Amino acid sequence: MALLSFEKKYRVPGGTLIGRDLFDFWVGPFYVGFFGVSTIFFAALGSIMIFWGAAQQGVWNPWLISIEPPPLEYGLKMAPMNDGGLWQVITLCAIGAFGSWMLRQVEITRKLGMDYHIPFAFSFAIFAYVSLVVIRPVLMGAWAHGFPYGIFSHLDWVSYTGYQYGNFHYNPIHMLAIACFFTTTMLLALHGSLILSAANPEKGEEAKTPDHEDTYFRDFIGYSIGTLGIHRIGLFVALSAGWWSGICIIISGPSWLMPDGESWIEWWDWWPNFFTFASIGG
Amino acid sequence: MAEYHNILTQVQVRGPAEMGLDEKGLVAKERGVEPRFSSILGYVGNAQLGPIHLGMFGTIAFFLGTAWFFLTGIGMLQSVDWSWQALWRDLWWISLDPPGEEYGLGFPPIWEGGLYLIASTCLLIAVLSWWIRSYLRANELGMGKHVCWAFAAAIWLFLVIGLFRPVAMGTWSEMVPYGIFPHLDWTNYLSLNHGNLFYNPFHALSIVFLYGSALLFAMHGATILATSRMGGDRELEQIYDRGTASERAALFWRWTMGFNASMEGIHRWAWWFAILCPITGGIGILLTGTVVDDWFSWAVLHGFAIEGGLYNGPS
Repeated sequence: MALLSFEKKYRVPGGTLIGRDLFDFWVGPFYVGFFGVSTIFFAALGSIMIFWGAAQQGVWNPWLISIEPPPLEYGLKMAPMNDGGLWQVITLCAIGAFGSWMLRQVEITRKLGMDYHIPFAFSFAIFAYVSLVVIRPVLMGAWAHGFPYGIFSHLDWVSYTGYQYGNFHYNPIHMLAIACFFTTTMLLALHGSLILSAANPEKGEEAKTPDHEDTYFRDFIGYSIGTLGIHRIGLFVALSAGWWSGICIIISGPSWLMPDGESWIEWWDWWPNFFTFASIGG
Repeated sequence: MAEYHNILTQVQVRGPAEMGLDEKGLVAKERGVEPRFSSILGYVGNAQLGPIHLGMFGTIAFFLGTAWFFLTGIGMLQSVDWSWQALWRDLWWISLDPPGEEYGLGFPPIWEGGLYLIASTCLLIAVLSWWIRSYLRANELGMGKHVCWAFAAAIWLFLVIGLFRPVAMGTWSEMVPYGIFPHLDWTNYLSLNHGNLFYNPFHALSIVFLYGSALLFAMHGATILATSRMGGDRELEQIYDRGTASERAALFWRWTMGFNASMEGIHRWAWWFAILCPITGGIGILLTGTVVDDWFSWAVLHGFAIEGGLYNGPS
């Protein structure tokens, strides 16, 4: 059940980072490894903490459950369990689980004789999360600046935080991050489409080749990046989206980067003043 | 660590330009632009630029797209009293604006939105012509029409924002201004005027598919590059005749998350995630202000928001 027809010959020992062969086995389709155990530990503990918090608050509507970070008064200190300490433990569990997951990917990569692009890529997602709940709160001097863990409460945090800085659309790095998200989605649509349209041609046609792919895209837009290049550019733009998302929020808040009450709308004031034509009328 | 990670192409081989397949003997003579080579492009992908098959619809799209661009520029120039210096100084802030509400769905004077409607018509025809191309070029090669349908999903969102919703609201003033900050302000006010778009479930779905697409492309791109030593980038060949690259790519995800796609299947996941982003987004925008006026009140009514909000700043 759990084994694919070709899977048996790939299930060999070795490639672990920690624990030699202690956890070097599979459960169903899942590889375990030391980091599988630590992933389960952190994920389970964190989830239980969230449910415990929900029970404490008496909120069981899944859309409304929210675990709040500590109030400002605790700064960067540990807070009591029912006053944000829960959020701190859950944050630690999340980072532990994400980090374990990445290291488990490293072990699986080594086992399969692949290269390390996947755990490297996942590290960008971890960075984006850590930038929101660790880097920026630390730079601003209080865990209170992290976002609450809830489906709609975290969206309220995004609204609130965005309007704290006037209009977040005017944050140039936010612009860049969104441009990367839109671009990677467009590239994914084009890449998925091209492969499917070559492998699933019109009725009666023979399956198509990379030459057809190149011809189609050169006919269509004058350039075909090729089978290898599309994966490089897709990965690059996707990781750029995560990277610039993290940067755009880190630079919004810390007082040595952004004076209190400064808005991203005013940030652009340098542009009209920068050029010598600043003095013209109109 | 002197390993080859396949980040950039290290040795570029350059032969004569590929002029493209012409199995029916009809299109080779219609291809234009002498191919050139760029070694900068060659670091990432193919170095060859061109040829292109412009054809009738490509020509229409090119001219009308250019017309939209210059009409927008003319509108911007008019808004700064025809001053070239002010155009550059204010470029981020100025725009060609849609007509005011008082004109409804009528045709206003040229400098009060008339030019905007003309430019919009140019853009609409340009985009639709480009879409027809996406069909015709695939048809010429006997390929599936997946690019065409994916592009149609993006056009759905474009039509909802620029045509269907304004018509449903009874005024062209609901259209998006053509300018850098003004179109961002339009987005902002759409959300503010309708009670926070985050509480629009279709907007939420659209964002899920947007982020999901970035996630999928990161996963897929990384998987293919990580197996490129075994020929993972030869996807079509791997679909037709599975090799060890496909097997390892599949097993990586099976062992990691208990589930894997096939070499063909991952592209179906990719295609659906990417096209569902504008499809769900378009539904969400079409409902905004037409069926639902205030998404926050709607969310309170349906039990997924509470009066006063769930978060009001650090306490």
